[in-house]
Amino acid sequence: MSNYAIQVENLTKKFNGFTAVDQITFTVKTGELFGFLGPNGAGKTTTINMLSTLLKATSGYGEVSGYDISRNKNNIRRSIGVVFQEPALDIKLTGKENLEFHAMMYGIDKEERKKRIKEVLELVELTEKEKVLVEKYSGGMKRRLEIARGLIHEPNVLFLDEPTLGLDVQTRRHIWDYIKRLNKEGGVTIILTTHYMEEADFLCDRIAIMDRGKFVAMDAPGRLKDILGGDVVSLEIEGNADALIEQLSSLDWIKNITRHDKNLSLTMDRGERRIPELIHVAQENGVEVTCVHLRKPSLEDVFLHFTGTTIREQEASQAERNKEILRRRFGTRR
Amino acid sequence: MINKTAIYVLWMREMKRWWRAKSRIVGSLAMPLFFLAFLGLGFRRMTIPGLAGDVGYIRFLVPGIIGMSILFSSTFGGLSVLWDREFGFLKEIMVAPVSRVSIVLGRIAGGATTALIQAVLILGISYIMGFKIINISSIFLAVVFMILIAVTFLGLGLIFASKMRDMQGFSIVMNFVIFPLFFLSGALYPLENFPVWLRYISKIDPLTYGVDGLRGALIGVSSFSIFYNFIFMVIFSSVMILLGAYFFEKSESV
Repeated sequence: MSNYAIQVENLTKKFNGFTAVDQITFTVKTGELFGFLGPNGAGKTTTINMLSTLLKATSGYGEVSGYDISRNKNNIRRSIGVVFQEPALDIKLTGKENLEFHAMMYGIDKEERKKRIKEVLELVELTEKEKVLVEKYSGGMKRRLEIARGLIHEPNVLFLDEPTLGLDVQTRRHIWDYIKRLNKEGGVTIILTTHYMEEADFLCDRIAIMDRGKFVAMDAPGRLKDILGGDVVSLEIEGNADALIEQLSSLDWIKNITRHDKNLSLTMDRGERRIPELIHVAQENGVEVTCVHLRKPSLEDVFLHFTGTTIREQEASQAERNKEILRRRFGTRR
Repeated sequence: MINKTAIYVLWMREMKRWWRAKSRIVGSLAMPLFFLAFLGLGFRRMTIPGLAGDVGYIRFLVPGIIGMSILFSSTFGGLSVLWDREFGFLKEIMVAPVSRVSIVLGRIAGGATTALIQAVLILGISYIMGFKIINISSIFLAVVFMILIAVTFLGLGLIFASKMRDMQGFSIVMNFVIFPLFFLSGALYPLENFPVWLRYISKIDPLTYGVDGLRGALIGVSSFSIFYNFIFMVIFSSVMILLGAYFFEKSESV
């Protein structure tokens, strides 16, 4: 068994001349929680569809669990679980029946099937609803059922395409906890896509930021944020700050200092560890610190840094493009 | 290659869905029975050229209507792949480690079973209303033809489903494929009344042999021999299933 759950080289997908995924190259280590972050239409789902054997790649090479995505489709299918972006449940079956269908498709025998279905239903807290038709489930319940289903056959690699899209905050938290536990305790390699910054930040060991089919950056969330130069510590001070500023300027770990009335903004790495020292220096110079504020750069800032737009603007312009296409197709109807 | 569990579970799913959609069962029986009742009663006293002397129109019509019900329910059964695509469930099926052939066989098993149940129900209701079957053993022969018709048109439905992206082409298939197949088959009237050129066209319609076979089995009167009909239906159903499986395998599921 190789150390890599996924290895991809120059993977590309074109739809009628439109390049959805453009020569991406990356690897995911076994046991890693890897995320694709990007706006809608960036090519995240297309990538997942290629890796899960549902779409043929136009060019490039991909390997999942050591199997070639263009040749060993069945071996890959056996070793992965997929939770799709759009619900993929049979709403005319009960929750349990959906799980049974899945377990039988994966050739799990009867005893084992019963045991595992019971387990996964407990995991996602749907045991009481197992006999209810899925059409009566709420969005969150459906999502949980799909995650449960993705786990029945104990995959090595689990793909989660926008696992919490459209869910309320509480359910989202809940699902985050499952995902983390699965990865840490179950040792399942997880690849997820998201366009929620907090989600990528909270869950992923590493993130690939995707924009228009390409990777614009790939690293651990913390390291990505470090690229922006670090944290901003703001101090609210009482007293004469001139001497203080002079001393702070001589410290090499402070990258930037700006002053605005009683406020000092300092840029540095690992700001939380530097705050006690800052207060100490201030006191030495006879300045009283009345308030401290630490701001870590967010992934949103990182995204902005790499693409020049925020995710929301990016999606808004995508919506504009879509409207334009509709307009061209159907004339100038308002 | 052939995964029996997968075929079984796909079949079982179809059965559960069918059984739970009670209104659909009633609906799917209503149309053929209305056809049977109104056409049968409306044309009851007419002498239709081409009918063997002692065969009344209703008696002639019953096998045709059974064929029609199988034609409709099987083609829709094949097209139901599109519903699964629309509801996303097709992805769940396609990402499973199961050969595409097994998936096709599972669908066909499910679709053929529901079509067969409906056909037998129509036959039963006609029997209660006075339709005479030549003898009991002929029912088995009729069931063989029912299955062959069902398999043929499930294959056809699958071919269309693989070529279409969504249900929008549905009415085109309905109006330009299913209805012509139905009218060309001689389900409603003896094909001997068609002009010669039209008779040639009706000879490439699988349902022609299906309905004629059913007639031969149930009322003992048919244009071609039962054996001839049987052979043709076996060929048609095999070809359609192979083509259906081929196109289904080729189509992309997302």
